[in-house]
Amino acid sequence: MEILLEPFAYSYMTRAILVSALVGALCGALSAFLVLKGWSLMGDALSHAVVPGVAIAAIAGYPFALGAFLSGLLAAGGIALVRRLTSLKEDVAIGLIFTGFFALGLLIVSLRPTSVSVQTIAFGNILAISDTDIVQVVVIALLALLLLVIRWRDLMLAFFDEAQARISGLDPWRLRLLFFALLSAASVAAMQAVGAVLVIAMVVTPGATAYLLTDRFGVMLGLASALGAICGAIGAYASFFMDGATGGLIVLAQTALFALAFLFAPKHGQWRAWRLRQAAKAGDA
Amino acid sequence: MKNHAPPGKAFSSSLAVSDLWVTYANGVTAVREANFALRAGTITALVGVNGSGKSSLFKAIMGFLTPTRGTVMLSGKPVREALKAGLVAYVPQAEEVDWTFPVLVEDVVMMGRYGRMNLMRIPRAADRAAVSTALERVGLADLRKRQIGELSGGQRKRVFLARALAQESEIILLDEPFTGVDVKTENAIIALLRAMRDEGRLMLVSTHNLGSVPDFCDEVVLFNKTVLAQGPTATTFTEANLATAFGGSLRHIRLGGGALHDDDDDRRVTVLTDDERPLVLYGPRDAETLVKRPPEEPR
Repeated sequence: MEILLEPFAYSYMTRAILVSALVGALCGALSAFLVLKGWSLMGDALSHAVVPGVAIAAIAGYPFALGAFLSGLLAAGGIALVRRLTSLKEDVAIGLIFTGFFALGLLIVSLRPTSVSVQTIAFGNILAISDTDIVQVVVIALLALLLLVIRWRDLMLAFFDEAQARISGLDPWRLRLLFFALLSAASVAAMQAVGAVLVIAMVVTPGATAYLLTDRFGVMLGLASALGAICGAIGAYASFFMDGATGGLIVLAQTALFALAFLFAPKHGQWRAWRLRQAAKAGDA
Repeated sequence: MKNHAPPGKAFSSSLAVSDLWVTYANGVTAVREANFALRAGTITALVGVNGSGKSSLFKAIMGFLTPTRGTVMLSGKPVREALKAGLVAYVPQAEEVDWTFPVLVEDVVMMGRYGRMNLMRIPRAADRAAVSTALERVGLADLRKRQIGELSGGQRKRVFLARALAQESEIILLDEPFTGVDVKTENAIIALLRAMRDEGRLMLVSTHNLGSVPDFCDEVVLFNKTVLAQGPTATTFTEANLATAFGGSLRHIRLGGGALHDDDDDRRVTVLTDDERPLVLYGPRDAETLVKRPPEEPR
């Protein structure tokens, strides 16, 4: 029993667990929107697009969050621009912009290797997170969650029915901008926890799992956020014992929960579908 | 569907489109010099072929695109102001809706109330009451807890009608309300639209379902880039006008008197259709006008 509590004896572990849970909650909430809009690639894109901003901020001595935020917005704007002005498909626009940004980021980091390592950007390192970084991540995540609590219904309407959003006096473009701002913020936070490579899972998997568990968006949003938080905490906690990469463990926990929901979700699970098919067959016979 | 007594409110809505031009960035002009005016308590059909600029006109009326020239006034207000005031409701085409989205029937109807709610859009008792009334009126009260994708085609249409009702807007735009709907549902929807008209609302229905137009539309706007004809259905929705509006794109079947019966009634039956419910016209008793026309065959 004592051994299970051991991680909490180390303040860096407690911190890592709490921060991972917080970041997981934010990413999970955003994932509910992303999966419904078919924008999961966008999450991947943003997480990579923030890298040059982080690198430049680190070199110039500004808060990395600021740099990440600006380059994330720049990338989202670039994607929207390419989409608007050409007839290229969305996935092309996304792939084009985010790889460009990521390449630039890697170049900057490799030219000035002192500031941040490629390793940290790619895989994150929540256990070694500095105090100033923690403050940044926590402030970003709390602000973003607060904004979501206030505006989630508007965002839902804009995502579900843009025309109705406009007719209700909302500006879907502004809401989209808000969403991308939140997503960039989440990407920055998540990069610390799981690294750029795995951020995509953080902003997709909890939403996908929650989608299988409910037919109401409000519930889905809450579930996705809770799943993100729980998996974040579990992953960080488990990494103490397994001495494994925190990011990998967090994402594995999310994937495992998705697999469970996929099989055993009460209404949309495969087990129920299979039983219904069997019942139908029995009825026919 | 139940017919409720009209609410105490009297509407004085109007919709005025004057000298409207819509030209897209790629140089295509979708609407040119469109002029028409509609008043409260009427249902108007906006009829035109696919690609006639109907949806561009709709978008301009709803402020989704800015006209290159001209104005749209809704109850005397510019579009933006009218939207802010919640004057306009829109019933989308079924194809525009993501039916896999995790929302229940009642959630969608509640969206009609967003314009009236506070920043966080937390529903109040009045909002919940409006949703229940709207659902009852379209006959979906029993299905309010269903996810929208679980509904049949006709029920799906009615969800969005209920949303327009819950919105309590005086101007309602409907985009192809009868596509993929069976006759029973169509009749139910028409009955509801009529009741809403009798309450004084102004409705503009974009449709290529020609057959149902005389059933429920008081006025017709025939549209192809511009207004070809506007007026009461009886005098505007004629074979000649439709032929101008649709060119050769309608199926056109005409049966002469001789082929139908032996008496000397020389009227002819004309069936106009683009594969939705067809429009059937009986020719005038005045034989002379008919004799002059070339017999048979589409133009």
